[in-house]
Amino acid sequence: MFEGLKRWARKKSPWVLHFNSGACNACDIEILAALMPHYDLERFGVLLKATPRHADVLLCSGPATKQIAPRLQRIYEQMPEPKFVVAVGACACSGGAFRGCYNVLEGVDQVIPVSAYIPGCPIKPEALIDGVAKLLGKI
Amino acid sequence: MAETIHLPIGPQHPFLKEPAKFDFDIQGEEIVGARMNIGYNHRGLEKLCEERNYYQCLYILERICGICSHSHTTAFCQATEKLLGLELPKRGLYLRTLVCELERLHSHLLWIGVAAHEVGFDSLFMLVWRDRELVMDALEAISGNRVNYAFNTIGGVRRDLSDEQRKKILALLQPLIDRLEYYTNIGSHEPSFEARVRGVGRLSKQHAIDMCTVGPFARASGVDRDARRDAPHAAYPDLEFKVITSEECDIFGRVLVRVLEMVESCKMIKQILDGLPEGDFVAPKVMRRVPAGAAISYYEAPRGEDIHYVRGNGTEKPERVKVRAPTMANLEAACESVVGSFVADIPIAIASIDPCFSCTDRTSVVLNDRRRGRRVTTWGELRTYGIDWYRRNRGIHF
Repeated sequence: MFEGLKRWARKKSPWVLHFNSGACNACDIEILAALMPHYDLERFGVLLKATPRHADVLLCSGPATKQIAPRLQRIYEQMPEPKFVVAVGACACSGGAFRGCYNVLEGVDQVIPVSAYIPGCPIKPEALIDGVAKLLGKI
Repeated sequence: MAETIHLPIGPQHPFLKEPAKFDFDIQGEEIVGARMNIGYNHRGLEKLCEERNYYQCLYILERICGICSHSHTTAFCQATEKLLGLELPKRGLYLRTLVCELERLHSHLLWIGVAAHEVGFDSLFMLVWRDRELVMDALEAISGNRVNYAFNTIGGVRRDLSDEQRKKILALLQPLIDRLEYYTNIGSHEPSFEARVRGVGRLSKQHAIDMCTVGPFARASGVDRDARRDAPHAAYPDLEFKVITSEECDIFGRVLVRVLEMVESCKMIKQILDGLPEGDFVAPKVMRRVPAGAAISYYEAPRGEDIHYVRGNGTEKPERVKVRAPTMANLEAACESVVGSFVADIPIAIASIDPCFSCTDRTSVVLNDRRRGRRVTTWGELRTYGIDWYRRNRGIHF
């Protein structure tokens, strides 16, 4: 019964941490726009948190630059279990437009395990809402 | 004298929307020194541009920064058009300027929201971002995308504006102007907001000039400098607008300058839509090979003057593209302006320049800094050092 309660709580209020791992800001402002009144992701219980220690879901935008990769790893390690990572945008999924740059890795999944991919350059807030809802459906 | 404490902030921190690292020296509550470390967002786009042709470069440069994506492509297009010696059709220039001004609106609204959030005024943050959706709708109607518009092309723009779209944007404009009036009122008369921003993050006019600041940050310190007026480009020579400056020299001034600039932007958009010339929106024939030569173009991005340097070598690919984004010019001065403020003012003081680190993180430059013992190493010196190091430490000697 306790397991069931835990699962319900996680599903009803996933707290997210947004981390820019070398993105161009476009996905970042769309993530913020999704959390704002017009799209209102908060109605699903999604709340933006400031520290990885409070977060269940890490929203990663950007292809992970070489400088940011060790920090991304550390932020992932600081998150409590169970943790989910969502790669937001084409460049977080595979490198996108930045594929071939000397200073970027090809996607966040080169550094940390990823649970869901949301492609798009940049993503639309609707896509983010859809992606997060699908992820919650899996929990 | 209190002991100096070293306070590192970043690269991931709630007040930073992007990765950057700041080091503050604090004595008690007061900040006595500030340094920054950027480069977490460096991707190497300038190098990537050298491997793409001019049209592909547009898509790469658009992704320098998602907030001012149109600025970078406009600056790049202008430089390339200079190299090609292209004469742009009037309608193309007007449409390009229309998106420029809409982008300025959305960027400044975004900033007002973030600034309100940093001082803890979250209801204003939410309200502003709701109104920002009006601008986003207009941009989506024009270009089909909300953030990276892909609207510019060399020789004009990629899409025409139908009469229906024109009316739609005009209809969106009026409610926005009403809301801006409300925000001007809040920005200048709300006592709790004023108490957080007045006198904080001071940067004197002389400092602003000495440190080469640009954009609203400089204009809030009384520096009357605007590339739209001083280096005419796009359709700006045809438009009537005021350059907003403020003598406040603090964050209060920066809020005022940005809000009033938005009002000016609305007026400009109205002028553009009312006087939209007929004709082509893109130059009929554009050569894919760009002649050899170099060109510099200036553009007043929402954050300040954006400079692009493009060197062509007669092929389809540019030989060199160099970007000087406005935040780069402002960051040093931002660190300077924080000194003397309290620790509690750090978020709003840094946010007040509207920092955009993905714009800034181009290449690392080490300046000749005798005081800290840093200096530029020439290629020859580096070679000598390398040979010498291996001889001493590994015993390799030729």
